[in-house]
Amino acid sequence: MSKITLAHGAGGKETANLLESMIFSRVENRLKKVKGGLGIDHPDDSALIPIEDGKFLVVSTDSYTVSPIFFPGGDIGKLAICGSINDVLVMGGLPIAMLDTIVVEEGFPMDMLKRIIDSMVEILTAENIALIGGDFKVMPRGHIDKIVISTTGIGVSENPIVDLNIQPGNRIIVSGCLGEHGATIMALQHGLNVDMLQSDVKPLTGLFKPLMKHFTNVVKAAGDPTRGGLSMLLNNWAKSSGNLIYVDESKIPLSDSVRKYSEMLGVDPLHLASEGVAILAVDGEAAEEVLEFVRNLGFDDAAIIGDVKKDESFQGLVIIRSEIGGLRVLEPPAGEIVPRIC
Amino acid sequence: MADFYIKSRLSMETFKPLSSSVVQKEFNMYIENLYRRNRRFAEEVKRLIHKYVDRLVKIHGRDYKVKFMNFCGTHEWTTVHYGIRSLLPENIELVAGPGCPVCVTPSFLIEHAIKLSFEDVRVYTFGDAFKLPTVKPVKGVRNLAEAKASGGNVAVVYSFLDALKDLYSYAKESIFLAIGFETTAPGYAIPLINHLIPKNMYFLSALRLTPPAAEYAIMEAKKRSMPSIDGIIAPGHVSAITGAKPWDELSRKLGMPAVISGFEPLDILLSILELLKMVLKGEVGVKIEYRRVVSWNGNVESLNAINIVFEVVDSPWRGIGFIDKSGLEIKNAYSNYDSFKIFSLNKPTRVSWHDDSFSGCKCTEVVLGLAKPTDCRFFLKGCNPSKPLGPCMVSSEGTCSIWARFGGYLNLKKLGD
Repeated sequence: MSKITLAHGAGGKETANLLESMIFSRVENRLKKVKGGLGIDHPDDSALIPIEDGKFLVVSTDSYTVSPIFFPGGDIGKLAICGSINDVLVMGGLPIAMLDTIVVEEGFPMDMLKRIIDSMVEILTAENIALIGGDFKVMPRGHIDKIVISTTGIGVSENPIVDLNIQPGNRIIVSGCLGEHGATIMALQHGLNVDMLQSDVKPLTGLFKPLMKHFTNVVKAAGDPTRGGLSMLLNNWAKSSGNLIYVDESKIPLSDSVRKYSEMLGVDPLHLASEGVAILAVDGEAAEEVLEFVRNLGFDDAAIIGDVKKDESFQGLVIIRSEIGGLRVLEPPAGEIVPRIC
Repeated sequence: MADFYIKSRLSMETFKPLSSSVVQKEFNMYIENLYRRNRRFAEEVKRLIHKYVDRLVKIHGRDYKVKFMNFCGTHEWTTVHYGIRSLLPENIELVAGPGCPVCVTPSFLIEHAIKLSFEDVRVYTFGDAFKLPTVKPVKGVRNLAEAKASGGNVAVVYSFLDALKDLYSYAKESIFLAIGFETTAPGYAIPLINHLIPKNMYFLSALRLTPPAAEYAIMEAKKRSMPSIDGIIAPGHVSAITGAKPWDELSRKLGMPAVISGFEPLDILLSILELLKMVLKGEVGVKIEYRRVVSWNGNVESLNAINIVFEVVDSPWRGIGFIDKSGLEIKNAYSNYDSFKIFSLNKPTRVSWHDDSFSGCKCTEVVLGLAKPTDCRFFLKGCNPSKPLGPCMVSSEGTCSIWARFGGYLNLKKLGD
């Protein structure tokens, strides 16, 4: 009898297959979205629901199980709020409201819960986002590991960024160093000293708000490389658009500490999650200008790392030019990469 | 260019003896920048490789092919991960030979380990062998991962030291599934000699030796009248222990050049270049590209320790059968640490040996470099890294797994610039 494995929840191939066979294929097409909007017909970072004046409601939901719950750079609360904010932002939406569900294990220290909620409220306040509802439940000791948080982010967009719009000629921009969150959590789970690492978890509002104002139709696709990292995100884009995505490895921004820890832990840093980095596919002609703009917003490590190309033989693939100039395929991660990363 | 190469060598020689941690850190960065993040250097070596191949083609004609074999999973990983094949002319074929110790660990050893895990003997294993399948189920399970899920006493460790640490608080019997080549053997032998192994830990030795397998693979290609191998890319870490000598002997015996290579992409490119030069000159013998680690005599202390604890015996390899003088077994003097003796485990002989390959799976041929992963009908069709069938897909050092994870099955030369 086949059973659920951790790989099914790792956000890689197994998760995609499970969602397709277990959920997507069992919902009638007409019920996969609201009329005129976007839903699980083309799974993206958020769903779209049309509202008045050609605008859209942008809605995204996510649950957070990260272990450990406190880590350098943040905690499960900050992660839960930032995660849903970013999912709305990368869809071209401006977040206005949030709902949360918190499930706690019996015996969980009250002061820890307070710390977690403090960091949730702190981000919401700084971002000017209303907390409009939620749920709170307690499970008997041993029936859940400490705490699980789920958040639903709601935003409004005039010009949603839908990943389906990616085209040959687009260039790929990364807003900062990759894999910081994934490397931090993984190192902690292995009991390693993480002095040199810190999660990058943060809201990407400072990037998207000005970007959407100045480059409305230039940004063709956007995403945040959480579970499965850059590799998962680019593979999704390549497959859904039927294009080849070509990446120059020497251009990918990675910190020395992430390089070192990934080598030590035997993982590809391109498979590791970021929680405060955006990947953009932009009009080729405007790419340099967008890069300059993004860097001036304080994203100093931003870089153009690759191109979207039309190629009959290699369509749907992500091909990477290595640091010595050779070529390999950047496969989406499979199996259980890092358990409970977010 | 040659100057640059020599200069880099010279500066490294002067760099190497210093070993304070700051210098070591700088040295590591220096090596990485020189041998890994160095597209200019790679371009230059690539140009020279093409130049030498052109010369060979001029001599032997347009259809000239030259075939080099590596004997280390990490070499194959570097080759595929850095796209080295895509930089080479069509005339050069790089073949992965037997270089994955997990892939060649016979089924009967895993069967023993599974059985013992259900008899409340704790089985320590590295993650790579955790899912290594047996050819037939033992108590309804086919690997140690399933054994653990069904209540077997199995512990995955990252290092041998982790197992020793765990034994501080575990007093019952345990075995360590010792899989590996020459590189790992001293790690067991030295603590054993120094009485650092607790009395309740026994070794289940699956230790194998690389040069005999290299010879076997190259001879097997000859026997099957397949295009012969023209040069050996010898494993750097194995050679750090054994020294260059065994490869020199093998090279002379087989009449083909060998170069001991490091593991950065530039190491491999430089080794290929060196092999081409030797082929052009008709030179045999061994050269050491991986000078920063490998010496002629190897690590004498480690070799002595191996000799004290282990005996070189004819050993079975998965799917292949017995190879002369290719394995390490614990000597009688240390039989208190030998799982075979302690638990009276059966050991196959040449006569009782049963083929332990999966029917239809080409892992054996892939291990020996006689077939490519793409020659197997299951490759990426029912056998992939998430659901591996054969050992070459199970182990991260296996050729099939490496090809599947980094697209080694595609000819990316066509993509060009």
